[in-house]
Order: sequence, then structure tokens, then C-alpha cells
Amino acid sequence: MTSTAQAAGRSPVRRLAGTLHRRPRLRLSLLLTAPLLWLAVLYLGSLAVLFVSAFWTTDSFTSEVVKVWSTDNFHELFTTPVFRQVILRSIGVALAVTALCALIAFPVAFFTARIARPTWRPLLVVAILTPLWASYLVKVYAWRLILSQGGLADWMLEPFGLSGPGFGLPAAVIALTYLWLPYMILPIHTALEQLPDNLLDASADLGGRPARTFRSVVLPMVLPSVAAGSVFTFSLSLGDYITVQIVGGKTQLIGNLVYSNIELNLPMAAALGTVPVVVIVVYLLAMRRTGALSSL
Amino acid sequence: MRLTRTLPAAAAVAVLLAATACGSSDSGGSSSSTGLNPPDLKAQSKLGKTEGQVNLIAWAGYVEDGSNDPKVDWVSDFEKQTGCQVNSKVAASSDEMVKLMKTGQYDAVSASGDASLRLIASGDAAPVNTGLVPNYKNVFSGLKNGGWNSVDGQMYGIPHGRGANLLMYNTEKVTPAPTSWSAVFDDAAAHKGHVTAYDSPIYIADAALYLKSARPELKIKDPYALDQKQFDAAVDLLKKQSANVGEYWSDYLKEISAFKSGDSVIGTTWQVIANLTQDEGAKVKAFVPKEGSTGWSDTWMLSAKAKHPNCAYKWMDWIISPKVNAQVAEYFGEAPANTEACAETSDKSFCDTFHAADEGYWKNIAFWNTPIEQCLDGRTDVKCVPYAKWVQAWTEIKG
Repeated sequence: MTSTAQAAGRSPVRRLAGTLHRRPRLRLSLLLTAPLLWLAVLYLGSLAVLFVSAFWTTDSFTSEVVKVWSTDNFHELFTTPVFRQVILRSIGVALAVTALCALIAFPVAFFTARIARPTWRPLLVVAILTPLWASYLVKVYAWRLILSQGGLADWMLEPFGLSGPGFGLPAAVIALTYLWLPYMILPIHTALEQLPDNLLDASADLGGRPARTFRSVVLPMVLPSVAAGSVFTFSLSLGDYITVQIVGGKTQLIGNLVYSNIELNLPMAAALGTVPVVVIVVYLLAMRRTGALSSL
Repeated sequence: MRLTRTLPAAAAVAVLLAATACGSSDSGGSSSSTGLNPPDLKAQSKLGKTEGQVNLIAWAGYVEDGSNDPKVDWVSDFEKQTGCQVNSKVAASSDEMVKLMKTGQYDAVSASGDASLRLIASGDAAPVNTGLVPNYKNVFSGLKNGGWNSVDGQMYGIPHGRGANLLMYNTEKVTPAPTSWSAVFDDAAAHKGHVTAYDSPIYIADAALYLKSARPELKIKDPYALDQKQFDAAVDLLKKQSANVGEYWSDYLKEISAFKSGDSVIGTTWQVIANLTQDEGAKVKAFVPKEGSTGWSDTWMLSAKAKHPNCAYKWMDWIISPKVNAQVAEYFGEAPANTEACAETSDKSFCDTFHAADEGYWKNIAFWNTPIEQCLDGRTDVKCVPYAKWVQAWTEIKG
């Protein structure tokens, strides 16, 4: 039984193997068809559908999508002051979160990568990653409690005669910074860890003070990693709408506008949804110039 | 029985064809945007055999099978008695309900007035033969043939219950006690940063209701029928209010936590939220201000594409049967629809607290309705601002 099956199977399988061996291109295309289909159909395809549906309109009463081609949504997007304001606000929030993350992450990463004892380093990295194990919602609601009236923030600032920021735009920036910080620390940590000691020694030997060494040696070598981390913090902040709903008070970001339009005016939501896509493509192109994408 | 099921199906197909025809004939203003001309659907004339299951869309707390609280269960008995397995989906907003109903996967929905007219006009909701719902005869007359649940005397659903949007305030921080909605509009600055409001375009009606008495020269009759001038006045008022708002709420848990911590001290609420907030120890009070209030009246509506219409009819009868209607009303905190439910509540004063039979009280409540171009208050010399514009304005108000 087995021997007959083998005898029958041998020649076609062998022939197939032979063909594949002789034709590397065929081999490659067979291997890549499935993942490329996934990328093209599911990923780029859904983006294309998003873009196309932004050109449709809705019936004003039943909010049924009417498939009539029009550029009204984009026209509205650029002419309505509130949309412009919200788009600028969202980009501002994303930039602020990115800057704060970079500022906080650098000293932390410097400590974990260069100052802490080598045996402790893996543990510290794990500690940085632990917040990522907890649910996003739990963390944001924790911030709601911290920032609420008479909460932890108020209590800690009270002795200084200050009060917490309350719910609003600053609260959203703080909570988002907390959420995405690990994504910034990790690439910087890796870059600092790989920084050769002898470069720092050489700088010192040539009379460079720590500040000068930092500016001329460390920073240029770590900057691509900061840029890589910023791709995460920027794009994650730009797309977020839940954090701002919970701690942002009445603040609206692009995500909130998409959410509030998605049920009644799907085409408008799609038009709004293309904004972050465009912004992030521009951001990625800018980051590519720093070499960040090769250190991702 | 087969016939009764194919009729609505055929009607639904016809509606679909009409809708696609409308879509392709690029005439811009389709007929449905000028007024309420629901597609000509026929109500079922008699009940057939139950289908073994029913898919419902409901507000949180309307379809409880004991999984949230083992003591709160009116679904299991229904399943036992009718053999209809209940699958329910909780929707967070009227807009979500409309969207879900459009999928055609659901048999019935507990729609509020700001969803119901849209569902009727788009042909997603079928007319209901109230003769097939024995408990309907005991429904409060104030809930029958309302502008939000019927068209030309034809009911499009079975009333479930009603409630008012109340003004809630923190009794320690807001003194003297407010008596008017002006506390959240013209006098809101007194609590700058701690005012809250319901996060939905329909809240514009609350401002209109206040303007109705605060600025009589605007001649607002119905807060859901606003011409451009009246609408602009309401939007202006809300933009001014927005400067004093700490946060808008749509999630009732968020409002409870905000009133508990003191982040919000005054704003709109529902009776059930007020009760829960008091239970959690916060010093709050909720009442209907002197101008009256907006409110909601929910209706169980049948999908025009229902795959399980007989089970859905059974459900509509079950949910307003005296005992179940009392249970759901007490759990949710609203006035029941069935007159006999008041005898079945565990708290004997429940119906008094919620003014169930007090038609005078409900005269002051403007139930949520869907604003359309054709003014709902009967004016024909002007066009009213349709709901889509309300949605845009709401985005601008929040800024």
C-alpha cells in the first residue's frame, strides 16, 4: 500500500520539485502570492474602498448612502472651520505626545541601556513593557480617576497651591503620552545599547565634555531611533478617539468626528478618515529622510 | 402562514428596488427628504407558528436574561413559554439602532422617537397590527398614535415606556437649588467647567425648549420643529453653554462617576442615572424644571425584513404584559406603558414617582422626535432644519 503510493507519488512530486528548482521566479511567485493578495486585497483594498466611499453622499433623512459621485465631502472638509480646527488640533496633539514621549524616554532609555548593571537590564526592559500587558481601557480609566476632581493629581499638587489639569486637552495629551511611552523607549534603548563604548572614550580623549559628546556623538547616532519611535507615537495618537472621550472632557479629535459621523453620514466619515492616512504618509516621508525607517 | 411571511418579504424587495432606483436617478432631492411618505407596507394580519428565535436591538436594561444580575430576568420565562430563543444586541444610541436595523438581521428594535420616524420613512420598520398584541389595549392612551410612533393612525410599533430628561444638580455645590433650565444655559457660568450635557444632536431640542419660554419672540412651538432662525438661536445658546461645559456624557457610567467625583455638578440626566448616583452616595437631586423638559418614549418596532416576525410579535406582547412591563420599568427607571403594570411593581409608589398615569405631567414633556424639513408643528410657510443639519451643528457646537 505505502510502496504503491510512493511509487505513484514519486514521479510527479519529483517533477514538481525539479521544475521549482529550475525556475526560481515561479518558486518566488508561488510563495508570495498569498501574502501579497492579503496585502493588496484586504489592506490596500479597504483603504481604496474608504477613499472611494468618501465621494458618495447620504440621503439627509434616512441617512442611506447614495452612490452618486460628488466631491462635496472634501469641499466641506476644507471649508468648514470646525473640521480644520479639529484636524489641526489632532496633529498638534500627536506632535505634543511625540515630543513628550521623546523627552521622557531618552533619560529612561539611557539609564536602562548604559547606567544600570547589565544583569538588571533585561528586567528593566520587561518593567517598561509591563504596562502594555494591561488593557488599554483600564489604563485610561485609571487616568480618569487620577485626574478627576479631588483625585491623585489634585491631592499631590495641593501642597504647592496648584490643582490638577482636570479633564481636557492637557489630560488627553498626558494619558496618551503614558500609553505610548514604551514604544518610544524601546527603540532608543536598543540604539543606546549598541552605541560602542570606544566612541565615547575617543570623544573624551579628544577633550570633549559630556555635553559635547552627547551633542556630537550620542544624539546623531540615536536620532534615527527617536524618529522610528515617533512613527509609533505619532500615528497611534493621531488615530486615537477613546482616550480623549474618557479624559478629554469635551475635546474632539479626528477620530471622534469619524465616530460621530459613521452612523449617519458614512461618506463624510470616510472623507475624515482619509485625513490621518494622508498626514501619516507625509510624516513617514519626512521620517524616511532621517533614516528612521531602516532602524525600525 | 407561508403567505404572511412572503408578503412583507415582497414588500421589502419592492422597497429595495425603489431605493436603488432612487439612488441611480441622480435627481438630488429624493422624495423622502421632503416629508414623511413611508413605503406602502402591509401589517401582518394573523400570527403564524413561532420561528424558534428572535433577534432584538435594545437599549441597555431592556432585554435582561439574568446574565447581568441573576434577579433581573424576564427573558427566560418568555423563552420557555414561546419557544423563541432571544438574541439581543445592546445599542448605545439611536443612530446605532438605525444603522443596525438597516442590516436586516434584526426582527425588532426598542426605538426612541429620534430614530422611529427615520425607520418608518426608510421602510426599515413595518406597520404593526395592534390586534395581534392583546396587551396593547391597556397601553396608556397618551402613548398611542403619537407623532413619533404612528403615521396617519397606523401604529408602527408597540409603546414600551417613557421618561423625562431631568436636570440633576449637586445639592452641596449648587445653591440655591435651581428651578429653571437657565441654570445650565444663561446662568451656566456660575459653574464653569462643571456643567454637563447629553452628547447627542438631539440635545439641541433642550436648548430650543428653554428658548421657547426664555425668548418668546422666537415663537418656538415644538423644539423638534425649528426653522433656520430658531435653530440658529438654539445653536448660539449651546455654543455659549459649551464654554462652561466640563464634559458631555453619552455613557451613563461616565456621568455617574463625574457627579460622584464633583467633575460635573449640574446637567441633564435620566431618572435611572439619578437613582444610581444617589445609591452610590453622591448628594444629588433631579427634577423637571419649570419650563418642562424633553423626554423619550420608546417603541418596539418590527423590522420590515424580519425573519422571525411571529416571535417578534410574541415579544412585543410579552414586554408590555403587566408583570414584565413593571419589571423592566423599575429596572430601567421609566414610566411603564401598560396601565396594569402599576399594580405589579415591587415599590407600590413607583408609578407615582415616575408619573406613569399623570397625563398632565407628560403634557410638559416634549418627546424626542426626528426633525424633518416639513415642520412637525404644522407650519407650512417655512422649512424646518432637518436632522442631518442638527448633526453637523452638534459637531460645531462641541468645536
